[in-house]
Amino acid sequence: MNFGRFLKTIFLTEFILAIAKAIKEIFKSKKTINYPFEKGSISPRFRGEHALRRYPDGEERCIACKLCEAVCPAQAITIESEERKDGSRKTTRYDIDMLKCIYCGLCQESCPVDAIVQGPNFEFATETREELYYNKEKLLDNGDRWESVLAKNIKTDKIYK
Amino acid sequence: MDNLITLFNEVYKILYLVIPILVSVAMIVWLDRRVWGLVQKRKGPNVVGPFGLFQTLADALKYIFKEIIIPAGANKTIFILAPIITMTLALVAWAVIPLSETMVLSDINVGILYLFAISSLGVYGIIMGGWASNSKYPFLGAIRSAAQMVSYEVSIGIIIINVLLCVGSLNLNDIVMAQKNLWYVIPLFPMFVVFFISALAETNRPPFDLPEAEAELVAGYQTEYSGMMYAMFWLGEYANILLMCAMGSILFLGGWLPPIDIYPINLVPAPFWMIFKILFLFILFAIIKAIVPRYRYDQLMRLGWKVFLPLSLIYVVLTASFLLYFDKLPKGAF
Repeated sequence: MNFGRFLKTIFLTEFILAIAKAIKEIFKSKKTINYPFEKGSISPRFRGEHALRRYPDGEERCIACKLCEAVCPAQAITIESEERKDGSRKTTRYDIDMLKCIYCGLCQESCPVDAIVQGPNFEFATETREELYYNKEKLLDNGDRWESVLAKNIKTDKIYK
Repeated sequence: MDNLITLFNEVYKILYLVIPILVSVAMIVWLDRRVWGLVQKRKGPNVVGPFGLFQTLADALKYIFKEIIIPAGANKTIFILAPIITMTLALVAWAVIPLSETMVLSDINVGILYLFAISSLGVYGIIMGGWASNSKYPFLGAIRSAAQMVSYEVSIGIIIINVLLCVGSLNLNDIVMAQKNLWYVIPLFPMFVVFFISALAETNRPPFDLPEAEAELVAGYQTEYSGMMYAMFWLGEYANILLMCAMGSILFLGGWLPPIDIYPINLVPAPFWMIFKILFLFILFAIIKAIVPRYRYDQLMRLGWKVFLPLSLIYVVLTASFLLYFDKLPKGAF
């Protein structure tokens, strides 16, 4: 062992420096936040809970093209549709099994009318599995609740697409 | 009737000691986690109560309501006895710790021997717990812990001899009073450092937390424990850490003596100085927990037997020769 290193070991130099460093760190600002009370910022591209959007006049955007159903790698989406009296094609059933979903965002990418989107909400834990089988009603409800944020996020992200 | 009054008096005195210790153990667990978090740039527990002070009480409440699981293969009696022994021994040792000249439950004349004996017995709780669990991880953890505690107790014992040579008494109050002019941390500084590191090893704190090395042994000897029994191990462990801090401050930092004996400073009551010193050592413990990686087992043994033991032995010889040569041996001791 060389002499310098021996002295370092005997006098615990590194150890004392480490303690000094640790004491300095105690008084520095912290990197964590008080999570349930404060929330971190989320990217507009964040892929959280799904939502089905509506047009401003209240009509559903979804045209039942079933692209999302086709592209879904986890096969979490089930869509059934029918023709309405005015000739438009709309869904009668739009189910997402949130337990199967892998939150890849492909449904959102494939949607030609920006109907199915993944919003910024990630706090939708439930106590039963059944509550995570989302139906059309729940998804539209989500869309109504988050519409302002969803529209803003789509607008922010549009220039990069 | 007289006996009864004496009995109640004693029970009252014991409760007067034990309850503050249990409360301070709860606070110290919070302090430990908080310091640990602050060093790592986290906030640490800060939700339950002011500054998160009641976090430990909330945890304790959770432990009380949890189910106690006793493994089918375990030796039931010893399995249950182990945490009880750990906690009792950790609390019993506090009987001789002086918080001031008069604030001590039992001012016995072999106080330091009593402390040393009780803290050595602490390993029994761990071995019993590990062995009675009848499971491989607790067993390995218990074996490691036994070897580690036995190794470091040797050097702690010899360090205590150093102090005793200077004091000439085994009474803890005498040890404190002997440091009236000069705290032993100054002449015996290397021994203080060795004592501190040995205390880390003795209480299974990082970097010597091999008995419960979570990456290898799940939780060491505590693996099979749950609910209140686990909490008792935990309480005992922290009471032991506090005890080691108290021992360090009595042996080297002048116990309940103020740092300088001049007018405004010596107005602060003696127990406060003792508590300050214990807290100071404990915060050092907590900071070290945050900055060090775990030792390998052979490194641990090498440090104990090949470095600390010879070092403290040499220092005993040095201290003894110094005292003898300058005729400074304590009067009345020999």
